[in-house]
Order: sequence, then C-alpha cells, then structure tokens
Amino acid sequence: MKNRQTREKIIRICFLVAASISILVLFMILVFLFAEGMPIFRKVSVWNFIFGQEWYPTSSPPDFGIFPLLVASLAVTFLSALISIPLGVMTAIYLAEIASARIREIIKPVVELLAALPSVVIGFFGMVVVAPFLQETLDIATGLNLFNASLMLAFMAVPTICSVSEDAIYSVPRELKEASLALGATHWETICRVMIPASLSGISTATILGMSRAIGETMVVLMVAGGAAIIPTSIFKPVRPMPASIAAEMAEAPFRGDHYHALFAIGVVLFLFTLCFNLAADYVAQKHKQVGAATL
Amino acid sequence: MTGLGGKALVASRVDDPHADLTRTKEKAGPPKKPGGSVFPGQRNGSLALGRRLFQTGFFNLFRAAALINGLALFIIVAFLLLNGWRAINWTFLSQAPMDSMTKGGIFPCIVGTFFLSFGAMLVAFPWGVASAIYLHEYARPGTTLRMIRLGINNLAGVPSIVFGLFGLAFFVIRCNFKVSLLSGALTLGAIILPVIIGTAEEALRAVPSTYREASLALGATKWQTIYRVVLPAAFPGMLTGCILGVSRAAGETAAIMFTAAVFFTRQLPSSLFDPVMALPYHIYVLATAGTQIELTRPLQYGTALVLIALVFGMNLIAIFYRARLQRRF
Repeated sequence: MKNRQTREKIIRICFLVAASISILVLFMILVFLFAEGMPIFRKVSVWNFIFGQEWYPTSSPPDFGIFPLLVASLAVTFLSALISIPLGVMTAIYLAEIASARIREIIKPVVELLAALPSVVIGFFGMVVVAPFLQETLDIATGLNLFNASLMLAFMAVPTICSVSEDAIYSVPRELKEASLALGATHWETICRVMIPASLSGISTATILGMSRAIGETMVVLMVAGGAAIIPTSIFKPVRPMPASIAAEMAEAPFRGDHYHALFAIGVVLFLFTLCFNLAADYVAQKHKQVGAATL
Repeated sequence: MTGLGGKALVASRVDDPHADLTRTKEKAGPPKKPGGSVFPGQRNGSLALGRRLFQTGFFNLFRAAALINGLALFIIVAFLLLNGWRAINWTFLSQAPMDSMTKGGIFPCIVGTFFLSFGAMLVAFPWGVASAIYLHEYARPGTTLRMIRLGINNLAGVPSIVFGLFGLAFFVIRCNFKVSLLSGALTLGAIILPVIIGTAEEALRAVPSTYREASLALGATKWQTIYRVVLPAAFPGMLTGCILGVSRAAGETAAIMFTAAVFFTRQLPSSLFDPVMALPYHIYVLATAGTQIELTRPLQYGTALVLIALVFGMNLIAIFYRARLQRRF
C-alpha cells in the first residue's frame, strides 16, 4: 500500500515537471535572446539603439538605430487593429448571438480556416494581387506599403479576435440576457447594453491577443511592407517593421558580428513587446472575470 | 466599437424620456388601468418601428462583417486554385527543381515539410499531453497552476521569428545541430506545444467525471484511472490537436528560415542532421529572392496551392472529426 502511494507521488511529480516545460522554454528563449543580443549594447547605448533614427547596419561605420523599425511595427499593428477589431468583434457577435445554428456551422469553420492560412500564403497574395491593385487604383509609387501590410495582417488577427470574443460572449450568463429581454428590450438593445458590457473583458483580451499576433507576424510584413527603413510619412509609404528586418538580414549578417547581435537585440525588443501584450491580456482576463450572474 | 456605442446611446435617449414620462404620470395622475404603460413602443408605433429598423440595420452590419471574412478566404483560395491548378501535374509533385529552379517540381519540399511537421509533432505531442494531464487531472488552483498557465499563454504569443532566433541561438549554435531537420523540428515543436496542450486539455475535459469516479470507486489509483480509463476516452480528441499542430507546423516559415530550411539541396535528407527544403520557404524564396521571379510565377502558384491544400485538408479533417466526437459522450 505504501509502495503504491510513493509511486503515485512520483508520477505526479513527473507530470508537474512535464507541465513546467513551457515555462522552461519561455525562460530559455529569454536567456538565449539576451545572451546573443546584449553584446551590441557595448557598442551602442540602449537609448541610441531604441531612439536612433538611422538603421544602416552594413555601412561603415554602421548605424544601429531601430526607431524607424519600431515606428513601422507600431504603425502596422495599429492600422491593422483599426480594421481587425471591428471586423473580428462584429463577426463574433454575429456568430454568438444572431446567426442560426446552421449558418454558424458554416461560418465557424471558415474562421478556423482563415486562422490556419499559412502566413507566407497571405504574404504571397498581398504581393501578387493586392499590391498591383493598390498601385493602379490609387496611382502610388509602390503597392508594397504600410497600408497593404496592415490589411493583410488584419485578416490574420481577425480569427484570434473573433474566436476569443465569441467565447466571451457565450459565457455571459443566460439570466442576464433573459432579464433584459423580459424588460422589453429588443434583441439589439440586449446585445449592445447587456451582452457586450458583460463580455467586455473577454473582448479586450481578444483585442490585445490579436494585436500581439499582428506585431509579431513576420512573413506578411517581410513580403508586403516594402522594406524601407524610414519613418513613414503616409500610410502608402513602404516600411520595414522589426520582424521583417530580422528575417531579411539574418542570413547576411556575419556570425557574432555587431549586425548579428543587433538583430538579436531587435528580437529581444519584439519578445518584450509581445510579452507585455500577453501579460496585459492575462491581467484583464483575470481581473474582470465574470463570476456568476450577480456582477455586471 | 465606439461608433456603435455612440449610436446605442442615441437610441437610449429616444427611449428614456418616454420611460420617465410614464413614471411621472403614474405618480402624479389618477391610477390608470394596468398594462398600457409598460411598453412605450405600444403607444407610439413609430418608435417601435424605429427600434426594429435599428436592430435590422445593425444585424445586417454584423452579417456583412462575417461575410467579409468568408469572402476573404474565398478570394484567396479561388485565386490560388485558378492560377495554380495548371502548374500541378505528376512531374511537379514528384520531381526535384531543375534548371536553376525554373522548371521541375517540388518533391524535396513536400518531403521536407512532411518530416519537419511530423518531427515537431513527435517532440510536442508527448510533452503537450503530459502537461495537459497535469493541468487537468492533478493540479489544484494555486500559484503553481497560475504560473504554468501564464507560461503556456505567453509561449503561445511568442512570435515565430523569435522562436526562429531562439532555435538559431540554442539548437543550431549552442547544441551544434547545425541548420538541420533536427533543429527545425525542435523549434517547431516548441511553437506547436501550446496548441497541443490546449486541445489535449479540452479532450480531457470532455471525459465525463463519472468515468473517473467509477474507476476510483473500484479501487484503482489515480494513475491507473488516468492511464486505463481517462486517456483511452480522451485520445481521439487529442488526435485533433495533433492534426492541428501538424498543420500549423507545416505552414510555419519564419521559424525554419534560420534553423532548418535551405533554398536548394541536391539530395533528400538522409539523416536528422541534414538541411531540408520546405514548401513555405520555397514559396517565399521563389517569390522574393529568386533571380527570375516572373519566370517562376507558375511554380509559385503551384507550391502555394499544394501548401494550402495540405494545411486545409488537415484542418478540415480535424474539424469534421471533432464535430463527430462532440456527439459521443
């Protein structure tokens, strides 16, 4: 009997160790990014690295200022959020509240397939279809620009936003909805004054996760954003977001040279950005958790 | 969403004065017959119509949003189908690239993507299932559980390019695996771990607790219960996670750029330490860095079509399989 209990204990500990692997991986990512990225700060100060206006890593002397890349990343994320948040949340409301069961059975797989589209395929589509289209209809210098990248990124973020928001709307207690309808509110009034406020924390989490996905997405911005490391003056200017810079330059950067370390340092910045986004999403989800029907 | 909120406010202003009016009237005036004053809309027909129109308008807006998503998917798929089907024939699928990539096929890429994604699954599936078992069967609410969940959520949010950098720094350089199938599979394994944990946990949740109680009541230990009762019941559900993980790994590009994929190799990989060609990387290189971008356009369409056919095929299998499973318990 004693034997059996020790064995159970050992098994339990084995599973705990297995479950801790994801924390371990996260920790190792942090350690190795920092280990490879930190040496650049012996050459450039952190301030000059982040707020430096010039990114000419291969000229001599090289300039390692990632501010244009940072601005490009933020601009692309923000613009894509402007498209993806309304689209994603409205689709979620439609799925959770309005669509009939049969339509939901069609739309839900569509959203899942949209999430499954490989990013390189979306980037390819943006390159060969959207870019020439934008160039001709708007008569601009290049179709590979900030707007195109944001548009493509928006469709990558929509599935995330949609499915997380939909879960949030589903989990609103039935009583709240029934009470509102019983008071004579129409279905629409119930949705916008009861269901949405009650699921707002879930929808915020969804939005943050969607933006986190957009800021870290690589292939789309690599293929579609245009690649000019300049602070953009309009949304139809080519830009070079951080992930694109890493992906495009790593192959040419001399091993353990300054450029190589600088690219890892960009990786650190990117990692910290998404970490903040994810921690924020987790915080919002935990803090404003809907518990029972009593709180609104 | 602020725009919608604003319009909703306008609607409330239309309604509220009436509600107030009825209340003051009831207080001040003589008692009226009950029922008449409950719905302001009943007394004012145009108001009811306004509310209904409002509702219809917004519902159509939401329907349009859902439609845009469907349309986007349809356009991309239709575009690739229309342009890609001509490129696809037996030679394309079974031959290696020839004449400096302008002719021939993509067989090495298909093989490479197959090995990479199944390798990733072999790495991630045991860990993912074990994590899920701990999270769902053993863990009690508390700091440990909270930390682990936070770790998983954050891991799921790490950009794939950052995984690529990590794979380069750790597997390729530190472990000295070089740019190889092994480095790529391990990196991709880390990427799909959260996907597998999520679906495995869902599968465990779907097993009724009566199964566990029955087993425990017969004197089985917790591990015996999990091993003999819970896992067999949850396994089909875990398989869907497996399929989704493989499809995710198959489409991943940024993570294998520095860890596993090369533009061209003469032979198929013969060991774990050989670099491979992969479908997504092949598309990227042909479309951007090749010397004859226009000349290889048909090959690009064909490769993209093969890739999404693979990914969508796996996803559709997972979706249908899951729908069937949901009716089981």
